[in-house]
Amino acid sequence: MLQKLIELRNITKSYSKVTALEGVTMSVDQPEIVGLIGDNGAGKSTLIKVFSGVHAPDTGEIWVRGQKISRWNVTEARKAGLETVYQDRALAEQQTITRNIFMGRERVGRFGNLKLKDQEAEAERLMRTIGFTSKVFSPDSIVGNLSGGERQGVAIARALYFKAALLILDEPTTALSLTESEKVFGFVRRVKEEGSSCVFISHNIYHTYDVADRFVILDRGTVVMEASKADIPSADVLVKELHGIARTGKISSVA
Amino acid sequence: MATETSQLVTTSRPATRALYLSKNRRPLSALLIFVLLIAFFIFENPKVFLNPTLYTSVFTSLPLSVILVVPLVFIVAAGEIDLSFPSIIGVAAWGFAACAQSSLGPVVGLGVAILLGMLAGLVNGLLVTKVGLSALVSTLGMNFLLRGLIQMGTQGQGIPLTFLRDTAFYQVMVGKIAFAGILFPVQMIWGLAFAAVGWWLFNRSQFGVHICCVGDNSESAREMGIDVDRTKIMGFVYIGIACAFAGVLSTLINNTFWPTTGDGYLLAALAAVFVGGTPTWGGVATITGAVIGAFIVGFIETGLISSGFTGFYTQFFYGVVLILSLVAHRFNQQKRR
Repeated sequence: MLQKLIELRNITKSYSKVTALEGVTMSVDQPEIVGLIGDNGAGKSTLIKVFSGVHAPDTGEIWVRGQKISRWNVTEARKAGLETVYQDRALAEQQTITRNIFMGRERVGRFGNLKLKDQEAEAERLMRTIGFTSKVFSPDSIVGNLSGGERQGVAIARALYFKAALLILDEPTTALSLTESEKVFGFVRRVKEEGSSCVFISHNIYHTYDVADRFVILDRGTVVMEASKADIPSADVLVKELHGIARTGKISSVA
Repeated sequence: MATETSQLVTTSRPATRALYLSKNRRPLSALLIFVLLIAFFIFENPKVFLNPTLYTSVFTSLPLSVILVVPLVFIVAAGEIDLSFPSIIGVAAWGFAACAQSSLGPVVGLGVAILLGMLAGLVNGLLVTKVGLSALVSTLGMNFLLRGLIQMGTQGQGIPLTFLRDTAFYQVMVGKIAFAGILFPVQMIWGLAFAAVGWWLFNRSQFGVHICCVGDNSESAREMGIDVDRTKIMGFVYIGIACAFAGVLSTLINNTFWPTTGDGYLLAALAAVFVGGTPTWGGVATITGAVIGAFIVGFIETGLISSGFTGFYTQFFYGVVLILSLVAHRFNQQKRR
C-alpha cells in the first residue's frame, strides 16, 4: 500500500510583486519518483524550495505522513526525512568520497576518533547500493576527480546515509552530458528500490519520462497537469502536451 | 533510451604503493627537498655536518618550530591564517616567567601560560567568526596589540630565570639526555610528541575532518551540520596552546624572559607550513610535511654557517628555499579535472 509521504495543499508563494505559485496542490507517495516539468518561470524551482523548507509558503497547508505541519522550514523538512541534494556546491571537492558522505555526521568512538574502517565499509556499501559503476574509484577517491554525474551520486549516497525518505533534486542533470545524466537517473532508480522517494526537475522530458512514475506539469504557478506514467503512452505525448501548454496555456485532451 | 546502466561492480583499488605515493605526495616532496638540502650541506662541509654537536644545537630550538607549525597547519587548512602567534608566545612566556619568579612556581606558570594562550586564541577566533573580521588583518593587529601590551607592562625589562636551572621542572622540559654519544635535548621529545598528537587530531579525529571540510567548502559544511564558527575558534585556541608551550620552552632555554620572546618565529614557522607542502587555499594540508618543513627551515641557518657562509646569507636562503619548494609543490600537484 502506498503511503502519502507529503502533501502540499493549495500552496501560494509570491516574491514582492511576482506570484510564483498560485494554489499548487500535489503529493508524493512512498516510494515514488515524481518529475516536475515546466517552462522557465513556471515555478518549478520555487516549488522545490517549498519542499525543502527553504521557502515557507504564504498560504496553504503542508501535510507529512497524514499530519499537518504548521511551521514549515528547513529543520522541519529534515525532521520529516526530506533531504535536498544541491548541485556541486554541496560537496567538499578536495575531500574523499567517504568524508563527503559522512560530513557533519561522522562515526566516532569515545575519544572523538573516527571509525575509519567502519565509515569506509559503509561508504562502499552505499556506493554500490546506488549503483556506482566506475571501477576506478574507491571510497578513498577525491570527489574533485569524479565526473559530474558521479558527484551527484556521492550527494545522493549521502542523502541515503541520512535515511532520507524523500530526495529533492533541483535540476540534477543540468550541465551534464547525456551519459552522465543517465548515471544520475540510474542512481535515482536505486533510491526508489531502497524504498525512498524522489522529486526532481529536469529539462530532458525523455529522461524524465523514463525515470519518473508520475509527472507534474507546472505553468505560470499552477499545476496544469498531473499524470501517472500509465496514462501517458510515450514521452512524445508529454512533449506535445507541453508544447500545447506553452502555446495556449491550456491542456489538451489527454488524461 | 536509457537502459539499466547501473550494475553491481566491486570498486577495486589502485596498487597500494601508487596509492600511498599519491596520498602522501606533499610530505614526500618536502622530504626530498630536506634530503637534498642536507646532502648539499654534508657535501659542503662533511666534518661539521657529520658531527653530532651540530645536531644538539639544531635540536635545541627546532622543537619550538615543530610545535608551532602543527596548529598553523590546522588554521591554514580551515582557510584562515594567524599572524599573531609570535606575540601570543610572548604573552604566554611573560605569564610563565612572572609566576615562576613569584611563589606560584613554574608548574603553575605553565598552566597560566596555557590559559593565556587559549584566551588570546579565543579572542582571535571570536573576532574572525563572530565579528567577521579578516583573519589576515585582525591577527596582524592582534600581533601588534599583544606585543605592545608586553612592552608597556615590562617597560622593556626582561625577567631572569637562571634559578630554575637546577629544578626538576627544567630538566623535564629542556634538559639533555646523553644518547649514543649525542646530547639530546629533551624538548625535541616534547616537540615530536606534540606533532604526533597533532597528526592524530588532523588525520584520525572528527576535529581534523571538520577543519578540512570547513576550509574546503564552508557553506556545505554548515549545511551538513558542522558548526563552522566553533571549528575555526577551536583552531585559533589550539594555536594559543602551542604558543604557550613554545613560550615556556623558549624562556627556559634562554634562562630569561625577553619582551621580544617569540618575535623571530613569525616567518620561520609560517614558511615551514608552506615549505612542507600545505597549499594556501585551505581544505587540504599535511602535518608530516609541515614538520619536515620546520626541519628544513631549522637546518638552513646552522647549515649555511657551518658551510662557511656568514649570517648575512640566511635570509636570502630562506627566500630561495621557500620559493623553490613552492615551485616544486606546484609541479607535484594532484591533477584535477
